[in-house]
Amino acid sequence: MASTQIIPTRMELAKQKKKLATATRGHKLLKDKRDELMRQFLELVRENKALREKVEAGIAAANKNFVLAKAATSDQVLNTALLAPKQEVYVEIGMKNVMSVEIPVLQYKTRTADTNDIYSYGFAFTSSDLDGAVKSLADLLPDMLRLAEVEKSCQLMAAEIEKTRRRVNALEHVMIPAAQEKIKYITMKLDENERSTQIRLMKVKDMMLEEARQERIQADKEAGIINDAV
Amino acid sequence: MYKVAVMGDYDSIYGFAALGLATFPVEAPEEGAAQLKRLAADDYAVVYVTESVAAGLQEEISEYREQLKPAVILIPGVSGNTGAGIAQVKKSVEQAVGSDIIFNGEN
Repeated sequence: MASTQIIPTRMELAKQKKKLATATRGHKLLKDKRDELMRQFLELVRENKALREKVEAGIAAANKNFVLAKAATSDQVLNTALLAPKQEVYVEIGMKNVMSVEIPVLQYKTRTADTNDIYSYGFAFTSSDLDGAVKSLADLLPDMLRLAEVEKSCQLMAAEIEKTRRRVNALEHVMIPAAQEKIKYITMKLDENERSTQIRLMKVKDMMLEEARQERIQADKEAGIINDAV
Repeated sequence: MYKVAVMGDYDSIYGFAALGLATFPVEAPEEGAAQLKRLAADDYAVVYVTESVAAGLQEEISEYREQLKPAVILIPGVSGNTGAGIAQVKKSVEQAVGSDIIFNGEN
């Protein structure tokens, strides 16, 4: 993968080695984060599923009661009865940090502490079915709010898990192999350079030796001629 | 201090008014989209939307998926359970795990 231009120097090698070390460490940490997030997410999503089934069943039952109430009471009376609610629900959002994911913690408060304040009407003109219907819905409210909290947490955590998984994969399959490839390329190039320098030196040495030998022969020859002359 | 809203067709949601939740009856999807936007900008931490109304608001709802507030939660309306609520949970699982391992193809 030496297609990208890298200069085979010792400095570049050190840089790549540092990069590889960081990537490896980041990979390990992110993988741990992903695993822990996944564990918590699965726990939460199971609760989410159970809660949702419960709430959906509860709402279906409450709706049945409301249909009965509507059948027994005229529309006007029903509308007037529910026109001015006495009770009000407030929600406080707290934050919980789960593996760097901020998930909401909902705490709900009602305006009045009296549980009977859900009946915003006098009992004289409405059927008792309405009371039952409103009660069944009121009983469901804590579960509904818990469902909201859990479902939102699941959505936020799912998004974070997806992001983390992408990061882990990018590190594992792109960043780390690329750094390793570059390190290998640079090391081989450096080794090659070293070998070629060595060969060059050996060659030069041979040449110099050869030259020296020739010179000596020449000198000997000259000395021989002189000797012959004498 | 945040409030809780319920949005949907009138027959499905009028009962929630008695509990002290703010009810917002809507009929058409466009109306619902505008209402949802208003609720999100306002002080509503949780918005319950009936499945029948949510069916026309897929895009708007998925916009709020990754935001902390509001939590848009689908609830079945008076016309029955369409399974859209549980589909949202499934979607989360698929997004996180890559495949649906909790429901295993049921529903």
